[in-house]
Amino acid sequence: MTTKLNTPELSRRALLKSAAAGGVTLAASATVTAGATTAAQALEKETKENPITTKQDWNQVLGDGVDANPYGKPSEYEKNVIRRSVPWLTASPESSINFTPLHELDGIITPNGLCFERHHAGIAEVDPTEHRLMINGLVDKPLVFTMEDLKRFPRTNKIYFLECAANSGMEWRGAQLNGCQFTHGMIHCVNYTGVLLKDILAEAGLKTNAKWLMPEGADASGMNRSVPIEKALKDCMVAFKMNGEALRPEQGYPLRLVIPGWEGNMWVKWLRRIEVGDMPWHAREETSKYTDLMENGKARRFTWEMDCKSIITNPSPQAPITHGKGHTVLTGLAWSGRGTIDRVDITLDGGKNWQKARIDGPSLDKALHRFYFEFEWDGRPLLLQSRAIDSTGYVQPTKDELREVRGTNSIYHNNGIQTWHVNGKGEAENVEIS
Amino acid sequence: MLKFPKTLSIVFCLSLCATPVFAGKLNLGREATKAEIKAWDIDVRPDGQGLPEGKGTVEKGEQVFAEQCAACHGDFGEGVDRWPVLAGGLGTIKSEDPVKTVGSYWPYASTVFDYIYRAMPFGNAQSLSPDEVYAVTAYILYLNEIVAEDFELSKKNFTSIKMPNEKNFFADPRPDTPSRSKKKPCMKNCKKEVKITKRARIINVTPEEDKKTAAKE
Repeated sequence: MTTKLNTPELSRRALLKSAAAGGVTLAASATVTAGATTAAQALEKETKENPITTKQDWNQVLGDGVDANPYGKPSEYEKNVIRRSVPWLTASPESSINFTPLHELDGIITPNGLCFERHHAGIAEVDPTEHRLMINGLVDKPLVFTMEDLKRFPRTNKIYFLECAANSGMEWRGAQLNGCQFTHGMIHCVNYTGVLLKDILAEAGLKTNAKWLMPEGADASGMNRSVPIEKALKDCMVAFKMNGEALRPEQGYPLRLVIPGWEGNMWVKWLRRIEVGDMPWHAREETSKYTDLMENGKARRFTWEMDCKSIITNPSPQAPITHGKGHTVLTGLAWSGRGTIDRVDITLDGGKNWQKARIDGPSLDKALHRFYFEFEWDGRPLLLQSRAIDSTGYVQPTKDELREVRGTNSIYHNNGIQTWHVNGKGEAENVEIS
Repeated sequence: MLKFPKTLSIVFCLSLCATPVFAGKLNLGREATKAEIKAWDIDVRPDGQGLPEGKGTVEKGEQVFAEQCAACHGDFGEGVDRWPVLAGGLGTIKSEDPVKTVGSYWPYASTVFDYIYRAMPFGNAQSLSPDEVYAVTAYILYLNEIVAEDFELSKKNFTSIKMPNEKNFFADPRPDTPSRSKKKPCMKNCKKEVKITKRARIINVTPEEDKKTAAKE
């Protein structure tokens, strides 16, 4: 270990100097909140443990050589950046869900190890050499493909978000979970490499009465859903890579279906078979589950597109403002299963006044969009909301607007506007407002 | 005059551009054998397509259910802990606390068969014979008062089963809230007063671990 070069003299001098120059600041800060660190205290701390005047280990001694981590992993200082679950939500961890830590991420791409997981019978550990994709049903010739066969089709690369239909489902009746990871973390956005489903179907040859597909997984839930042929031929992919590397086992290694913009449950993982038919199957996950129950007892089915939605990820309950008042960066994500995002509006006062946020980075069809809004925080409480408008002109509704149409038993497809209350200390809470 | 060169250029492109890139048939994969299709093609549709040969009584189903299913779903489909409730719930679907069971909610009996045949029992999927799946399906229908106690379900009579809630499903009618062209989003002086009406902290159901994370600096 190296010796820390802390000089008490330096600390005292720096503190005195700051107190003399910043008397006004000091008085103003103290009135904000008792809990906030004052500028002088912050400087004293900074001086005692000064990262500039103190030599650090990493300045002097050698670090690990190459191959210390042949795959690589995040810094140990990032150990809080993990997926988290809410154990009381489900009966067992094998048929459960966890959440992407949106408040710790930036840009539009979700790192593979942080993409939320949803399994219905645990993670299938599939040997890729034993994996097959079968196309059968209303085709000229039923076919079987190995992974090697599939990689010989023309490949394509696309960045898409995947959102679970139940994302924000716990919030239908009111503010419940305190953190955007839990309220909005059933989403990820990665770059898929794979082949177009229409090319695979063309190999088998679709019969003229082919109207629906039933993709099926190789896991112990044998996940199956019905997909209309129009969507399959439009933009569906069969993917084997995410963000450049093989799919993670929890994301369906070695093969998953990609259904851009549509609810995540349909993106069958460990994809082993696609049957072609002339009518839908009405499988469990499209009847008993993932249907939206209205107040009058009627239920919507085949609710496929994920409507336009947005969320402020910072500040948020898990990511409070820690710097006190002054220049503040607000950021978040917006997306639409029907296209790109045209605009994101931000309110700091609970919807009295709105201002346009700045969308930064790529604006891609059915992908996450990153927005920023920089402002001077005066230290007073805030009621933050974001409102996204997509390329079809659809405006993200309030939660009350959704409840007016759908009631509160819907569970799925909740894309209502989220509110965070930020108090004078910078702490945020999930709330609803009038 | 104009038509002729246009046609020519299409022919030209088809032969020179399209063909070398992707002709539709790449001769990839091989034909699936009948045995392979039989091994995997287990799905069942509401019209009965896919049902295997077989039959099973409510009585037999009760036995299989007690051995294979009751540990999670309860002897009468009432559900243990947070495992799914399979029976009852009639008349609750319009209430504030709807109990969505096979009888009160599921639109098709084929879904019950298809799901059990492919995914149940949880952790030992595809271990039941077609006869056992017919029997367990019959028992679950009996628990929901859809068939009588002496009923035998079979491939033959399967499509005669009608589920009470089938008529209450309808196609997704979204978008169901106004778009920009119908209601311009307000930007200035949109509300006079704002009050907090609901708070997550009062409910206090967020996992503990996360509170520690939130408190870190």
